[in-house]
Amino acid sequence: MSNRKQQPDMKRREFLTKSVIAASTATIAPGVLLTTADANAATKAASSNTRWGMLIYTNKCADGCSSCVSACEKENGIDLVKKPEGHSDAMWDEQRPQWIRKVKLKDTQTGMVSNLPLMCQHCEEAPCVDVCPTGASFKRADGIVMVDRHICIGCRYCMMACPYKARSFIHADVAEQVVESPRGKGCVEACNLCANRLDAGDGNTACAEACSKEGHNAIVFGDLKDPNSAVSKVLKQSHSRQLREDLKLNTAVRYTNV
Amino acid sequence: MEKINYRELGCESPRFWTGMGVMAFLILLALVSVYHMEHNGHYVTGMTNQIVWGLPHVFAIFLIVAASGALNVASIGSVFGGPMYKPLGRFSSILAIALLAGGLMVLVLDLGRPDRLIIAMTKYNFKSIFAWNIYLYTGFFVIVGFYLWAMIDRKGKALYRPLGITAFLWRLALTTGTGSIFGFLVAREAYDAAIMAPMFIIMSFSYGLAFFIITLMAAYWWDDRKIGDVRIAKLRNLLGVFVAAVLYFATVYHLSNLYITQHHGIENFILLEGGVYTKMFWIGQVLIGGVIPLFLIYSPAFSASRFAVMAASVLVLVGGFFQIYVIVIGGQAFPMTLFPGKEVVESSFFDGMVNSYVPTLPEAMLGFGGVVVAMTIVAVAARMFPMLPDSLEDPDSI
Repeated sequence: MSNRKQQPDMKRREFLTKSVIAASTATIAPGVLLTTADANAATKAASSNTRWGMLIYTNKCADGCSSCVSACEKENGIDLVKKPEGHSDAMWDEQRPQWIRKVKLKDTQTGMVSNLPLMCQHCEEAPCVDVCPTGASFKRADGIVMVDRHICIGCRYCMMACPYKARSFIHADVAEQVVESPRGKGCVEACNLCANRLDAGDGNTACAEACSKEGHNAIVFGDLKDPNSAVSKVLKQSHSRQLREDLKLNTAVRYTNV
Repeated sequence: MEKINYRELGCESPRFWTGMGVMAFLILLALVSVYHMEHNGHYVTGMTNQIVWGLPHVFAIFLIVAASGALNVASIGSVFGGPMYKPLGRFSSILAIALLAGGLMVLVLDLGRPDRLIIAMTKYNFKSIFAWNIYLYTGFFVIVGFYLWAMIDRKGKALYRPLGITAFLWRLALTTGTGSIFGFLVAREAYDAAIMAPMFIIMSFSYGLAFFIITLMAAYWWDDRKIGDVRIAKLRNLLGVFVAAVLYFATVYHLSNLYITQHHGIENFILLEGGVYTKMFWIGQVLIGGVIPLFLIYSPAFSASRFAVMAASVLVLVGGFFQIYVIVIGGQAFPMTLFPGKEVVESSFFDGMVNSYVPTLPEAMLGFGGVVVAMTIVAVAARMFPMLPDSLEDPDSI
């Protein structure tokens, strides 16, 4: 064996080193850049100086009206989720996603009837956020509880934990969807107070807007932390309550006359 | 004390491979079911937005609970110094690992996105008991694996007892974690009870031992080896105590719920008017899983009958399955009280209604596949490694 061969092959070593550096950079860089980009977007969009919430006047919520439900379905592309071919209607009714629903109640003692829309209550101490193993179920700085659909594994533990049955699981393939509200089979989702609208600077949700358009004005939406917002003002004057107050979740959605 | 010789499970190749073939076919059916469910989405199952955890969860939780209990025999041998149990430690450990693997397989393959398992392994929310369970389950494999090694390899002898104690404490934590999955659900009346965790531990003692007795007796029958009467009697008596303890915990759980007016609805549902769930509770859980096994175990008429021990163990498993079914599905079928003092007249989301659930064949095949995976691991391990003593004849001096 010659002396020359015992020397390390510097060119080869250099090539390998450079390749490793290049590969590492290519792997890590997009992650770093994306994270930075994400963080910027998030700080701009959601601030803890804001807490989005709403008051629902159940006495103004009209029997038989479901304009809030239709508006939500249109806004978030829920109406685009179609029943799989040949599947039973009854079964699909229990499997299709619903972010907001109308509920009609009767007092068992007095017989008084009330109507109200029910959706994610955006709890301050959200049980769905507590139980989610991956952190996919999370609360934004501005109090909106939502699902990061990139890391939801579809375990449905949040659905077991939610006291309001506010969440839906996507049971089938989704052919069409809206850009603002992407969804995929096998993940959980729920009302996000039209976060896309709020982030774009529109200070109202689709359901509240639709309710006003119908002339009922049963939903008042706004920033609970801003004392001058419409919702804060009416909350100060009305006797409102939270659903399942006993759980002490401090919900962002409040109701009158329930 | 006599020296114990461990030997691989012997049987002719054709017989072994036929058995393996049948199990492989059943596992294949489970995988086809998974493909069907994951390709189409969960709409092909009986699960809905109302009953979000279905039959696969019942199988998975049943197997996971049984897994930690199956380790008990090893723990009695090494932690509590029971000489009669010590030779059974290896088999007890491999059975525990196998049952946990089977249960986790079912749990993972029923996820909406099983392809994202890596996310579950890398992103944790430590307030979630599910996230803790991921550590508890993987830790169980590692610790019981080392424990098994310490039992088999002479080099591990010094670590045998510390590992035995660690495994025992770990299995208690694991079942506490599994029970807490339900115990921590504040909103549902059937759950939200601290008793869930200890109740799951005692359930694990019972189901795990039943699995152990069945597989042990089957293996010894298969290879024509002997088990002494005293050993059988000890296992039988232990099973009797565990079955009675499960009944006791179930009684306390329901009695305390009956005391709380708020929980009268769910109790009325499970105990009286819940239709299939009421039948499963009284006939499945209490009669098949409790009363009949206790009769078979303690009746003097069956005191010498090995068949009675085997039958009691099988019934404990059947009853245990019903018990988990009533907890998981029955607890979801009963409507949550969203509006106390109000009756829901109309809702498009089935508020205030008892939810129906009819499991489908793919769900059942996936769940059963988990049991088959567990049994396959046990069969292969017992065939390839010296897991079982040559003979379990009673020692001369007891």
